Amino acid sequence: MLLLAIDTATSAITVALHDGERVLAECTTLDARGHGEYVAPGIAEVLSKAGRAAADVSAVVVGTGPGPYTGLRIGLVTARTFAFARGVPVFGVCSLDAMAHQAWLEDVSGALGQSCVVATDARRKEVYWALYEISGRGVRRRGEPMVAKAAMIADEVRGLPVIGRGAVLYAESLGPRIGPLDVSAGALADLAARMLAAGQTLPEPEPLYLRRPDATPPPPRRPALP
Amino acid sequence: MTGGPLVLGIETSCDETGVGIVRGQILLADAVASSVEEHARFGGVVPEVASRAHLEAMVPTIERACREAGIRLDDLDAIAVTAGPGLAGALLVGVAAAKSLAVALGKPLYGVNHLAAHVAVDIVEHGLLAEPTIALLVSGGHSSLLLVPDVTHDVRSLGSTIDDAAGEAFDKVARVLGLPFPGGPHVDRVATEGNSAFVAFPRGLTSGKDMARHRYDFSFSGLKTSVARWVEARERAGEPVPVADVAASFQEAVVDVLTRKAVLACQEQGVDHLLIGGGVAANTRLRAMAQQRCDAVGIRLRMPRPGLCTDNGAMVAALGAQMVSRGRSASALDLPADSSMPVTLVQA
Ligand SMILES: [Zn+2]
Repeated sequence: MLLLAIDTATSAITVALHDGERVLAECTTLDARGHGEYVAPGIAEVLSKAGRAAADVSAVVVGTGPGPYTGLRIGLVTARTFAFARGVPVFGVCSLDAMAHQAWLEDVSGALGQSCVVATDARRKEVYWALYEISGRGVRRRGEPMVAKAAMIADEVRGLPVIGRGAVLYAESLGPRIGPLDVSAGALADLAARMLAAGQTLPEPEPLYLRRPDATPPPPRRPALP
Repeated sequence: MTGGPLVLGIETSCDETGVGIVRGQILLADAVASSVEEHARFGGVVPEVASRAHLEAMVPTIERACREAGIRLDDLDAIAVTAGPGLAGALLVGVAAAKSLAVALGKPLYGVNHLAAHVAVDIVEHGLLAEPTIALLVSGGHSSLLLVPDVTHDVRSLGSTIDDAAGEAFDKVARVLGLPFPGGPHVDRVATEGNSAFVAFPRGLTSGKDMARHRYDFSFSGLKTSVARWVEARERAGEPVPVADVAASFQEAVVDVLTRKAVLACQEQGVDHLLIGGGVAANTRLRAMAQQRCDAVGIRLRMPRPGLCTDNGAMVAALGAQMVSRGRSASALDLPADSSMPVTLVQA
């Protein structure tokens, strides 16, 4: 198996190749605005680093967010199109899950405790967030990801370790900070590979926008005469 | 390889997700998914709504184009995509999809200018372009007069709108007249029943002073306001608005200026070929008047059929195929989407 993983839901434009056992190559660029530029070169780079061809990829997994829409869509359209072109399946994994999974993988000292929060930058002074339960076997999300002002969730998450850029941006409301700030496609691939190995059905590659488009029908026509 | 390079073109600069496939100068497929109905209640294209629709339509539209053309993606010689100008978020979806195809298939990628593609699409209908040619491009997003010595490489701007695009004026006037969005086809339809000399609406930038400074430029904002004022004066007086007559008179004013300046540009630049493209080139009055005026002075007029004038993937594929045929080198894989890409930059 050769799994291509892509995530563009956070400031990291991140791509990885995973063979079902381990990450073969990963390429990550930090740029909150450059998603359109770096994803495809990232795919070319991980293929070249791992000495594999595009035709060797057997499945694609993509972070479905939530995340700022424009960047998020670039990962999704890249993953869907690549999978279609190669005739292989494409799956989605919640990007916040990938971050919690990475924190769990890296948590050798048990600092995560029994539950934690992932909070990423949703712009407009808000965070995308979700609560996770930790066990020896991994992390489990409690409920659907949500979007809210950091101050509004402060009471609910007080004292819990916070993973993601939200912990830095809203340190006065959230914290203490732990784990990664952005998604790593290597961790996303690892999570997906474990789910596939366990026979779990992975979600469809559908974006988690969480907000409706900002658009209101125009007001009645204004007179042109004074 | 019979008939030239096989190129797939992707277009997502506004609200149409277009995927076209061209072999050399032959159109094999032109699949378009439009989100126009989702924008109608907002009275204009909502960028985020368009971008979401592009994501959902992309793979199904590529699939449909391949089926129509009877080709496999592996058969392609190159991928082409609109790199700009257009709505930033919408462009990015198409550019990302095109790059993904290029990487997945190991094919060269050409990021091209949307306006040059509007010119190149006529190749699949009427064969290679005369060089140079003058091009008049009119749509909801652009109104430009171009001198085109080489559509793959050398496109020069003679003039453009200094305020609203022609298509925008159609949308706004349609709203004033209580016609649905998008306005162009509806104004065109009702105008056929109207008297185009009913109101003498102003012809923007055609006075002596304006012709000195803005010889090949257009302005439709004043015309739009003039129509709105005329209609309101009627309404205030409690008189019925003769919708067909106003639509015809407005359309006549737009078409008069567009064709007059296009023909003038041909004469002054010494170019005897004129090409008209863009969504507004589907307008029946524009097509008729342009033909009449070109015939009168011996200019050869070329207009793609209306279905190829509106935004589509075929135009991008047509330009891509020319670039491959002429040996232009491919774009880099990190090419950016450029929402304000200048018309003089044919390739990103
Ligand atoms: Zn256009």
